[in-house]
Amino acid sequence: MTPMVEAREVCKSFGPTRVLRGVDLVVQPAEVNCVIGPSGSGKSTLLRCINHLETIDTGRLWVDGELMGYRESGEKLYKLHDAELGRQRRDIGMVFQRFNLFPHRTALENVMEAPVVVRGEKKTTAREQAAELLERVGLSDRAHIYPNQLSGGQQQRVAIARALAMKPRLMLFDEPTSALDPELVGEVLDVMRGLAQDGMTMVVVTHEMGFAREVGDSLVFMDDGRIVESGTPFEVLTNPREARTQIFLSKVL
Amino acid sequence: MTEPTIGQRTSRTEPRDAVPVRHPGRWVAIAVLAVLAAMLVNTVLTNENFRWDVVGEYLLSEPVLNGLKNTLLLTVLSMVIGIAGGIGLAVMRLSPNPVLSSVAALYIWVFRGTPLIAQLLFWNFLSALYPFVSLGVPFGPEFVVFDTNQLINQFAACLLGLGLNEAAYMSEIVRGGIQSVDHGQTEAAGALGMTRTQTLRRVVLPQAMRVIIPPTGNETISMLKTTSLVVVIGYFELLTSVQRIYSTNFQTIPLLIVAAAWYLALTSILSVGQVFVERRFGRGVASGPPGPSLFQMPSFLAQRSSEGTR
Ligand SMILES: Nc1ncnc2c1ncn2[C@@H]1O[C@H](COP(=O)(O)OP(=O)(O)OP(=O)(O)O)[C@@H](O)[C@H]1O
Ligand SMILES: [Mg+2]
Repeated sequence: MTPMVEAREVCKSFGPTRVLRGVDLVVQPAEVNCVIGPSGSGKSTLLRCINHLETIDTGRLWVDGELMGYRESGEKLYKLHDAELGRQRRDIGMVFQRFNLFPHRTALENVMEAPVVVRGEKKTTAREQAAELLERVGLSDRAHIYPNQLSGGQQQRVAIARALAMKPRLMLFDEPTSALDPELVGEVLDVMRGLAQDGMTMVVVTHEMGFAREVGDSLVFMDDGRIVESGTPFEVLTNPREARTQIFLSKVL
Repeated sequence: MTEPTIGQRTSRTEPRDAVPVRHPGRWVAIAVLAVLAAMLVNTVLTNENFRWDVVGEYLLSEPVLNGLKNTLLLTVLSMVIGIAGGIGLAVMRLSPNPVLSSVAALYIWVFRGTPLIAQLLFWNFLSALYPFVSLGVPFGPEFVVFDTNQLINQFAACLLGLGLNEAAYMSEIVRGGIQSVDHGQTEAAGALGMTRTQTLRRVVLPQAMRVIIPPTGNETISMLKTTSLVVVIGYFELLTSVQRIYSTNFQTIPLLIVAAAWYLALTSILSVGQVFVERRFGRGVASGPPGPSLFQMPSFLAQRSSEGTR
């Protein structure tokens, strides 16, 4: 079976700062992979490399068997065109810590936008589908409201619906609940739990250890640009082998 | 009470029995201003030298209306060139391609850095520099040859001068607008699979508009009056027409009042239009667009009148 995500020896620097120092990661279809680690360890950067929001310096990264952002021919890599990159990205949903909804569009329009603009769907079809998605995240009654009048939890659920509208094969979550008030975290995690049950492949950067333990199939601990330890959430969270994992967990648990 | 409308400013509601704060200072200020206004109206109406009969005679006269038509035409067309060119230049300026961005920077440097009058004269006398314009391969054969004087008539020279100059200013306004949009918006659009062009058109520009529109309103109102510079190349518009008239009948003040009245009328129309455009692009923003400033009642008067209707 082709892995949904396969990273080999991925390195990435911002100027002199080496943010990823040889990351290997394999995520199988329908797997929920959680990424934990201290601030600045490169979790967001790894996630952003997966959909090529950041370019990688060395190594290879495939999504569903396709090299992200490049075409390989002989020994050489050729950068993909904007449109070809768009074609790869439309199959990968991404949910941001700060939601990044389009403020000039209503909840429904936010969800309709990409199917209409990117996939060229008819507005009527896209509207029906968007309404269904909003229902799925429990926001049917908020369809015609602009993001600034939604709570953080509601905005994040709209953002998830917006990503799902492109019928992605893979969903990336970058600390989706970190910007939320504690009482709003649950509603977003519920939606994500539902997605996992429906068999969506997910890579989730999170500080919610409870969620990782319950929903995650696998978990990796990152520190200083490397994956220090990986295994099932139960193994890593209850029986960490590495000293650095133990120190991190003793601080957050 | 009406329901607050979605996407618009929610109306502030207060308990009915709250006594509003009194502002005696405001009433004194209003009284003083009212007296001054009465004095002004009095002198304007009674001073014979204003010659309101002459104003009335020329306000709708043919030469004035012809000038007005040119003012409008030049303003609208130059602004269209300016805005379209400005967006193009701003996008080039922000392009990662160093050639595109330096070309845009050079353009802006030249067109903002030289007097508009000089630019107008330059386009008008282009034929002195290039008597013929031809299409063809550089250093190779020429396919079509035009006489420059026929290609660029006076009107076209005015448009080139005003429009290309405006594009340089507009590009900086548009660039500011584009840069004001949160980078997360571009990333979200990219992650959904949008290309750079789609992102610009559907996500960035609509949000940038909020920042772009107010200074563009300024530019348009300013252009209305800047068009009078076309007199340097012998073309005419509202102010020129009026000057031609008073240079023969010496009714300077009444004719300047005619011109001023038209400029004010056009400026008012533009300001009202701007309010509507700002509302359109202010959707989804917390505070909403600023209210219509032009004809807005001071809030304490509005409060009084609503009390009266209870
Ligand atoms: N665009 C950038 N330019 C320069 N440095 C960056 C950039 N993005 C990230 N970095 C640096 O890379 C390092 C890793 O950042 P990253 O955001 O991946 O960490 P993280 O594990 O997601 O942390 P957090 O838990 O705080 O979100 C940090 O030191 C950060 O300062
Ligand atoms: Mg992060």
